[in-house]
Formats: sequence, structure tokens, C-alpha cells
Amino acid sequence: MAAEDLPSQFDVVILGTGLTESVIAAACSRVGQSVLHLDRRNYYAGNWASFTFNGLLSWIEQYKNQQEVQITELEQVWRSLIDEGEDAVPLSALDSSISNLEVFCYASEEEEKEEEMKTPLSSFQPVNAETVSEEANGDSTEAHDTVTGDDTTASDAKTPNEEHEVSEPKEDQHTSDISEPSQSQEEKESQLSSSPADPPVEVQKKITYQKLVKEGRRFNIDLVSKLMYSRGALVDLLIKSNVSRYAEFKNIGRILTYRNGKVEQVPCSRADVFASKQLTVVEKRMLMKFLTFCLDFEQHPEEYQDYTEKPFREFLKNKKLTENLQHFILHSIAMVTQHTLTEEGLKATQHFLRCLGRYGNTPFLFPLYGLGEIPQCFCRMCAVFGGIYCLRHSVECLVVDKVSNKVKAVIDTRGQRISCSHFVVEDSYIRDEQRQSTAYRQISRAVLITDRSVLPSESDQQISMVTIPPLESSAPAVRMVELCSSSMTCMPGTYLVHLTCSSSGKAQEDLAPVISQLFHVSTIPGEEPSEGAEERSKPAVLWVMYFNMRDTSALDSSSYSLPSNVHVCTGPDDSLCSDYSIKLAESVFHHILPDEEFCPPAPNPEDIIYDGDGPQAEGPGFDESTNTEADKSLAEEEGNSEPAEMDSVTQQAPLDMTPASEE
Amino acid sequence: MHGRVKVKSTAQQEEEKRKEREKKLKAFVSARDAVLRKRSAGEHDEEALQLTQQLLSSNPDFATLWNYRREVLLQLETSREKDEVQKLYESELHFIEACLKVNPKSYGCWHHRSWVNTRLPQPDWTRELGLCDRCLSLDERNFHCWDYRRVVVKESGVSVEQELQFTDRLIGSNFSNYSSWHYRSTLLPQLHPQPAPDSASNTSPSPTASPQIHSHRVCEEQLLKEYELAHNAFFTDPNDQSAWFYYRWLLGRAEREEMISCVYVSRERERVSVAFSKPVHAQSEGLMLVLDGQPQQVEWRSTHPRLRHSPVWLCDLPPGSVSDISNEHNLTVHWTEKYTHRDCALYTGCAESWCRDSATDQELFRSELSVEKSSVLQAELQSCNQLLELEPQNKWCLLTIILLMRALDPLGHEKETLAHFQTLKEVDPMRSSYYSDLCSKFLIENTILKMEYAEVRVFSLSNKNLTTLCHLDQLLLVTHINLSSNQLLRLPPQFAMLQCLEVLEADDNAIESLEGLYHLPKLEEVSLRNNQICKLSDLESLASCTKLTRLDLRGNPVHKTANIDSELSQLLPLVTALSL
Repeated sequence: MAAEDLPSQFDVVILGTGLTESVIAAACSRVGQSVLHLDRRNYYAGNWASFTFNGLLSWIEQYKNQQEVQITELEQVWRSLIDEGEDAVPLSALDSSISNLEVFCYASEEEEKEEEMKTPLSSFQPVNAETVSEEANGDSTEAHDTVTGDDTTASDAKTPNEEHEVSEPKEDQHTSDISEPSQSQEEKESQLSSSPADPPVEVQKKITYQKLVKEGRRFNIDLVSKLMYSRGALVDLLIKSNVSRYAEFKNIGRILTYRNGKVEQVPCSRADVFASKQLTVVEKRMLMKFLTFCLDFEQHPEEYQDYTEKPFREFLKNKKLTENLQHFILHSIAMVTQHTLTEEGLKATQHFLRCLGRYGNTPFLFPLYGLGEIPQCFCRMCAVFGGIYCLRHSVECLVVDKVSNKVKAVIDTRGQRISCSHFVVEDSYIRDEQRQSTAYRQISRAVLITDRSVLPSESDQQISMVTIPPLESSAPAVRMVELCSSSMTCMPGTYLVHLTCSSSGKAQEDLAPVISQLFHVSTIPGEEPSEGAEERSKPAVLWVMYFNMRDTSALDSSSYSLPSNVHVCTGPDDSLCSDYSIKLAESVFHHILPDEEFCPPAPNPEDIIYDGDGPQAEGPGFDESTNTEADKSLAEEEGNSEPAEMDSVTQQAPLDMTPASEE
Repeated sequence: MHGRVKVKSTAQQEEEKRKEREKKLKAFVSARDAVLRKRSAGEHDEEALQLTQQLLSSNPDFATLWNYRREVLLQLETSREKDEVQKLYESELHFIEACLKVNPKSYGCWHHRSWVNTRLPQPDWTRELGLCDRCLSLDERNFHCWDYRRVVVKESGVSVEQELQFTDRLIGSNFSNYSSWHYRSTLLPQLHPQPAPDSASNTSPSPTASPQIHSHRVCEEQLLKEYELAHNAFFTDPNDQSAWFYYRWLLGRAEREEMISCVYVSRERERVSVAFSKPVHAQSEGLMLVLDGQPQQVEWRSTHPRLRHSPVWLCDLPPGSVSDISNEHNLTVHWTEKYTHRDCALYTGCAESWCRDSATDQELFRSELSVEKSSVLQAELQSCNQLLELEPQNKWCLLTIILLMRALDPLGHEKETLAHFQTLKEVDPMRSSYYSDLCSKFLIENTILKMEYAEVRVFSLSNKNLTTLCHLDQLLLVTHINLSSNQLLRLPPQFAMLQCLEVLEADDNAIESLEGLYHLPKLEEVSLRNNQICKLSDLESLASCTKLTRLDLRGNPVHKTANIDSELSQLLPLVTALSL
């Protein structure tokens, strides 16, 4: 790592490469601000990141081993850089936004080393998602892994993060050591024992854990599961700013819902309604009529004005829609709760409908290679316009001017003092001392790798969005996205399933009941379901990870005691779309630069003038009056920029996830 | 400051683009001239292919160049091995594909592609089908592609089943695309033809009736499935006309059998009138009249000179051949082209005689709807009524209900039909005249039915808001007609088919033209009070009705004409009772 010093002055220093921070970085850089964009992690996008399977295993590992670094040593360094009349506000070196991480593997292991199997079968205890967390640090976790040596390291390195967890899940976290090359004997034993029982057909199809690891590069597993409304804030921004050219997208093929113990397709587009077999023709008409009304419901206030104070659900009932239709509209189209008020429900329905048909039969898009691509696209845009990127590079403390109470500089983890006029930071870097409120919520997440779709159809390459209404009245509604291999997020023959809900408890407690309804969770790794046809029809879970992610979206600037030119980026939130984060980025941008346009369209590459590119690039005789704003800045900056170099930074940095300036 | 990006201004871009265009144009023109020179020099070589390729890739609609290319290819073909020919034409297909990307609706490209496929030693039809599918997925109404696809399907022998599935798919993705529905309507009769009707049910009076083509009908089992498909579409979007048109086709019936529906003989006029089931051109239809076993040389004429095709034709018998009232005569009209005929006996003591199928026998007016089992139609009517409850303003639904009601029981549903017509005119005022005409048609049909049930020759349809007259061929035998208090604008030429008419009442209309009162041999009395007859010349045709003696023209603008009395008595000297 070349210890090359960074420039000592920037307009904006941004810490964290999540979506909001990246959009701010791109927006600032686009209008000519100098931007330094840092992230303490070795990957882009923070909690918005996508990982290969192996990358995720390392992430799990990293998460587990996270510990407070020797602050004292560093502190001396940065203390010495604080002048008189300045205060230092230290940042947190620990990321505590993820908790309750648990991993279970149900895929069988390969039987290459079967001779080694010695451990009696009896030592293996069935493990399934529901029982594990209740079990003591016994067989179950051991069965899943792991080399004992690792256990000790893990328990030695007790991080504050782990401490506020109950002890059992901590053990479970050790399952994350799955990636260790040497496998536990018990585990192999279990595969061996189960393998002969497999029907011959299944043997061929069966996906082993080894296979997942081997094909790990084909996975792009998102930490946050979101879709893009085709007329949502994110898509609009991608188009407006031309950032869309850096990514590719796939339509969500269908909307499904879980109802009466079955997964059904939700007819939402005209073509769906036409083709639907579950609806009677009269229902089709009622549904279409209602949806048509929702499209411009504001024009017909008489239809709903008596219900503005009442839940949307009651309004639907009053409209004499059948049970079928009420379910579809409430849970799958409006995607609101039982208590949502009528007008909000109508608005949600309207938004859904307006997004239909822009790119496909559903309102949603998904970025190929995972959601983590999107923050990277904005980073790339920022770099194109001169932003500088460093990963594995953080800020130790802020230097605050005592008089103005504004940040004037930051001191990075290498002890360099970098002055800046604005500092943008992701919430997880903020220490508790700087918080006025810690009233954040949690998001419960589960990531599953399964062997088939929850609703097989003609095409096995569809992305499905599944809405799962609360199983019990107290439980949260769960949103599930099933990704197919052509979305470039999982290996062929598997599906990557994301479950998300706002937490009422630990992720596993929230989501395991849903998973056991929709999927076959084997009791023995690699075991094929043997009971009735009903079980066989469910997809089998090969691998599952649970975790909670902090949802700070309810916080605002009053939640922190920080100087006014420090802008904290909260989120991701628990909603299906990214609108919250985009709007936040826009508002932070306008705080920093009240008079600038937010992400104006970037010029086409062919319209960018490189040095020596034709005579019209400069010259006193050029007609100034027709110059665009960009051109004027061009005239001012002439000779300063080195586009070729800048471009090479761009080409690599966000894509290869290599820190651009650290080579 | 670091890394500002410099951007070209709009003016710069414009200027560059303009220069670019100029350069392109220059290149195009010089290449074009070179190609045309080569062609007139009769050069058919590789260079010609290259040059035309350059030009066509920027402008694929240059037909002359495609023609030249074909000449060149045919020339090159002669000097090559089979494999090389295959390669030559395959690369041609690739080239066309590139051109289609520029303009997917280029006539030249698609035509050339068809031609290349006929020249290819081993055409790859699967590939061509794939191309069509891709093209149609980009623009499902690209008729060039639809046409080309039909050629490919025919050549490659894709099964009708597969094609039907193809339409399933297209309709599934967008049921507003009438191309796919229409294609479906051509496939279904091939795949599920209606079984030929057993001869027992054929009640045609002429056993030698021409063989009927039922091939465009579909068997009932499949029909029920298709009805359901159409229901799904029009319940989902009742304002989409594609499904409704398809539905109308499904409900439609076979064309009426071609036959002679009536032969009428008048002893006094020594004249025969023949009515056909559809308008014909009698002189060229091979008509033959046999009187008492003797073929007669007669001259056929239509009832009005303006009707070249007409359902009613007249001829005069040789003088004296039937005038003796004490003789009995047998008359046969043969329609040799259709292998059908009709007899008519003129008995002793009768001044006239006729032989015909009544409208009730033929179920003539079951509109365009089918002769399917009424239970099926009843079920369809129920479905539509269900939809109407949800969409009381939907015009397609209303119209279809009217048609279904007519198919089921035109007289029984008359009242509801009229109410639906009223709604239709309100919800779709742009087409209110169409609905009025249609309503008039149905009312006339109903009145004809009632008349026939009553076995009378009096046709009365007053005060019904009629806007048009139709089915006048069915009124060949009517003697008295009352059309008062309607909204008629004219008595059209077809009115001259009422060869037996004696009394016409048409008071309180808005009639301007009397064209149809032409050579009506028995017409004695005409009442046209309160109409819009303005000019004396409008009355000229009445002079041809030689028996007309009573004429009431009160309340017409024509009375303002100077010297109207004398002019009229000069024009119509036989009219004795004239009211002005």
C-alpha cells in the first residue's frame, strides 16, 4: 500500500459508500465540488453491498471478529493535530448496525473423503431453524461446523457488539466458519448417511455445499433487499443523471402472494387479469374497475371521502370487492397494513399502477448483479467527475472550530488532517455520545439459497416478488423476493430468496415461521424430503442466513448533537423501494449546495472534450453566448484537469472494488 | 480544482452534426451514381453487391437497388457450387436482418427476404420463425412481419396447433392486438371444423341446392372455450374492441344459402318477378325461365335502373302467353349457376300467383348471429347481462346483447332491444345515426315477421323513428304500406321492388326524394303529407306509375312552385285526386 498522501483539502468529505452517501458524492462531484469519498470497509456500498457467496462468508467472519482497535495509540496521533480553538469529535470504529447473525446450512457435503468418517451418527442432532437458537452450545452448532480452534478465537475476541447479544446466537455465528477448508467430521458423516437414501433423479440435481462454495462467484447476495419502482425516485434519478448507463436491469416477472397455505400469482396488469385462472370474470371486471378508479382517484373524491378517516381495508370491503380481491389489493398491490388509512392505501395503489407497463408487466425492476451495483454506479459517476475514492480508509475524528461550531477538517485513519467545508457520514460511524436519540428500529432479514421456485412455471428464469401477510395478527407482514440465476445473483439451478420485515424480535424469530411455511427445511443437512407430496412440492432450503439490520430512517438531524455542516445519512429503511434514501440524499445535497441542480444529466461520452480534441475545445473566437454552464467551467478550468488519468480511475475503481488511490 | 469535465456546447454539436450529415449525403450520392452506372453497364459482380449493401444499409427502401441485387445474385449463383450458393444467400439473410433493424417496416427488405428464401438451397425456417417472433415482440402489429410469417409458416409446415398456441401466447401478452385474434379465427376452423350438417336438417326446398361451404365455422366444443376466452378479455377491459369483434365472429353464422326465395307471376301484366337470397346480376347468372315445359327467351331487368345488382329481377312473358284466365300454367325459374330452381303454378281463375319461402321459415333475421343451440346463446346472453350490470354504459356490451337477443327471440325481446338502443344513442352519441339505422333495420325485420305470422300483405310501421328502409326485397308481395310519422329522408331505388304495392302512406316524414316510386305497376294511391318534397322534378318518377290516381302532397314545400297545378297535371295526367 503506497503511503501516498491525499490532497489536504476538499470541499466535501464523505464517509460511507451506502446509497445515500454515494448519491450525494455523485451529485456534489457533478456540479464541480471536490469530493473525497471514504469507507472503512474493503468493499463498496456498506450495508447496501452485494457479496459473492464466498465474499459473504468472509463478511460474516469479519463481522464476527469485529473489535475495537487500539484507540489509544491512534488517539495520540490525532490529538497532536488538533490546534487551539478546536475540538475533536471522535467517530466510532465499530459498526454495530448488524446483529443476531445466524447461519445454517442444509445442503449436503460432498462425499469425497468418506473414509475419514468415524464419528457415530448418534452424535448428530437434527438442526432446523426453529430449534437452533433454543439449543445450548451443543451438538447442533458443532454439527454445522467447525474447527475448534476457531471457537476459541471467537470467544476471546468479545466485541461490544457481541456482548449485547444472548449467548446462543453467538455460538451460531460460528457456523459462519463454514468457509473453513476443513469440514467437521460429523457433517460429512451426515451427508454420507443421507446420500444413499436419495432418489436417483435427485442425486443428479442435488446441490452440495461444496458446489455452492465452488460456484460462489456466481452469487451476488444483497444485504438489503429492495426493488425499484419503475417510476420511483431511484429510477427517475438514474435516468435523469444518466447513471443508468452503468448498470443493467431485469424486470420482476410476477407478483405472488401467500394465501390459504398456497402461493398464488397476483393479477396486477391487464394481461395478468385476462389470463388469471383464479378470478371469475365478474371479479376480473371488479378488479379492473377498482384499479382504473385508483389511477385517478383524486378526480372522484365522492367515492372515498367518507372513508378518509377509516382504514383502507374497510374501504375495500365497502366497495363490495370479494375476499380474493381485497387480499390482492391490500397486501400485494397497495402493500399496506390492516391499519393504513384509505387515502394512503389509494395512493400506494396508484403508485403501483402508474409503475406498471413502463418496463414490463410488473411495476418493478431489479439491477443485474444485485442492488449493491447501484451505489457503485453513483460512485463511478462521482469518480468520472473527479471524486477520489479510498476504501479501508476511515476518519478518526472531526476537527470542530470552537467559535463557529463547524467542522473545518477531519483526521483520517492514517493521521492526515484534511480540511473540508462539509462532512457527510453514514449513521453507523457515529458514536453513541453524539446521539440525542437512539430510537431506531430494526429490520429482520433472511437470505436463503433454495433449489427451486416457490411457484414453478413455464419459465424458471423469473424474478418473483412475494407478499406474505402476517401469519398471525401480531406478526409482521413479510416481503420476499425470489431471484433467479439470470438476475446474476445466484448459480444456475438455485434461487436466491430474500425475506424482509420490520423486526418485532430477532430476525430468526420473525422469519423462521414464514420460511417453514413456504419451504422445506430439512432436519438433516442434505436430506431429501421423504414425506408426502406436499412437502416435496416445496423448495428445499440449502443455506440460510438471518440477521437484523438497524433501521435508522426514523432519525433526523435533531437526533444527533453534531455541527451543522456534518450531515448524517440514515437508512436503509425497511420499505420495498429506495425512495427514502434518494430523497435524503437530495435534501443533504441542497443543504450543502442550496443553489445547485441535483444530479443534472451527465454529458454523453462522445460530447466530452479531451485535451487536444479538436479546435473547438477552446479558443478566444468561440462564441461565448451559446456556451452551456459546463462549458464556462471548462474555460475556467482549462489546463487543470487530466481527463485521461481521471478516466482510468473511474474505469476500475467501483467495479473492481479496489480502492482507487491506494495502489 | 480537480477533474472538471468539458462538454461541447449545443452549437458545437449542431455544427458537427450538420457537417456529418453533409458528408454522409455526399458519400451516398456518389455511391448511388456509381451503382446505377454499373447496372446500366450490365455488370453483375461482387463489387455491385458491396456497393448496394452500403447504400441499402443506410436506406433499405431503395427498391431499385434490391432489384439490382437480385440480378447480381442470380448471376453469381450460376457460377457457384451448391455450398457456396447456400453461403451466398445466408450472408444475404444476415444483411437483410441488419437492414430490418434500421427499418422494420421496409417493404423492400421483407420482399427480398422472401425471395432469398426461395433461392436458398436449404432454407432454415426455424431461424426465420425466430426472427418473426423477435420482430413481433418489438412491434406486435408489424403487418409486414405478419405477412412474412404467414409465408414462413406455410413453407415450413408449422402445424396449425402450434400456430394456435402462438396466438394464445400473443393474446396472453396483449389481448388488444386484433392481429392475433384474427389469425386465430383463421386457424380454428382448420383445427376444429364444424361437422357437416346432416342432410335431414336441411329443410331447403331445393334439394339440388349448391354445396355449402361451412369451413369457416368452428365445432361447438371449441366454441365454448373460445367464448370463455373472449369473456375473459371483455370482462377485463370491456372498452377494448378486439375481443368484441372476435366474439361477434364466434357468434356469427354461416352465410345464407344462395337460392331463389320468391317467384311471382302476374297474369294481367304478363310479368314474372323473381327474388333472390342476395343481390345478383341476373344477366350473368345463367337464369332460365321455363313456361309449361318450354324454355322462354326473356329479358331480365332489375326494378330500378340504378340497381345493377339487385335481389329482385323482372321479365316480361311473351304477349298472350298467360293472359287467358281459364288456363293453368306452370312456371319454373332455374338458377343454373347455383344448381337451384323454383316452381310456381298459376291456376285457373287466378290473376296472380307466387311461390316462396317466408321470412319465418328461413329465420332470415336472426341477424348476423348463429344458429347455435339456443341454450348456448342464452348462456352467452346471461354473461353479457352480467357484464352490463357492472358496466351499464358499455356500448360494446349493449350492442352484443341486442344481437344476442335478436338471435334468440327477436319479437320477444323487442322492448328491451329498443331500450338498449336508446341507451346506446346516449352513451355513444357520435354513432347515434348508425344505431338509429340499425334499430330501423331490426324494427322492419320484426314487422315483416309479424306480417308473415299474420299472413297478410299489409306492412304497417308508423311512428317508430325509422331512419332508413331495408329488406325491401322481402316486401315484394306487399299491397299496402304505412310508413307515416317516421324520420325517413327518401324512398330509395330499392323501393321499386314493391311490385305489388297499391297504397303508400308516408305522411309526416322528411322525405325529399321519391326515386323508388318507379314503375310500380299497381300503385294507385300515394299519401306524402308533411314531407320535404321541394321541386317538381322530384315527382317525375311518379309518372312511371301508370295506375296512380290519388296523390296527397299537402304540407310540402313544392306547393310554393309557380303554376304547380298546371305543371302537375301535365306531369301526372292520370292523377284525378290531387291534394296540394
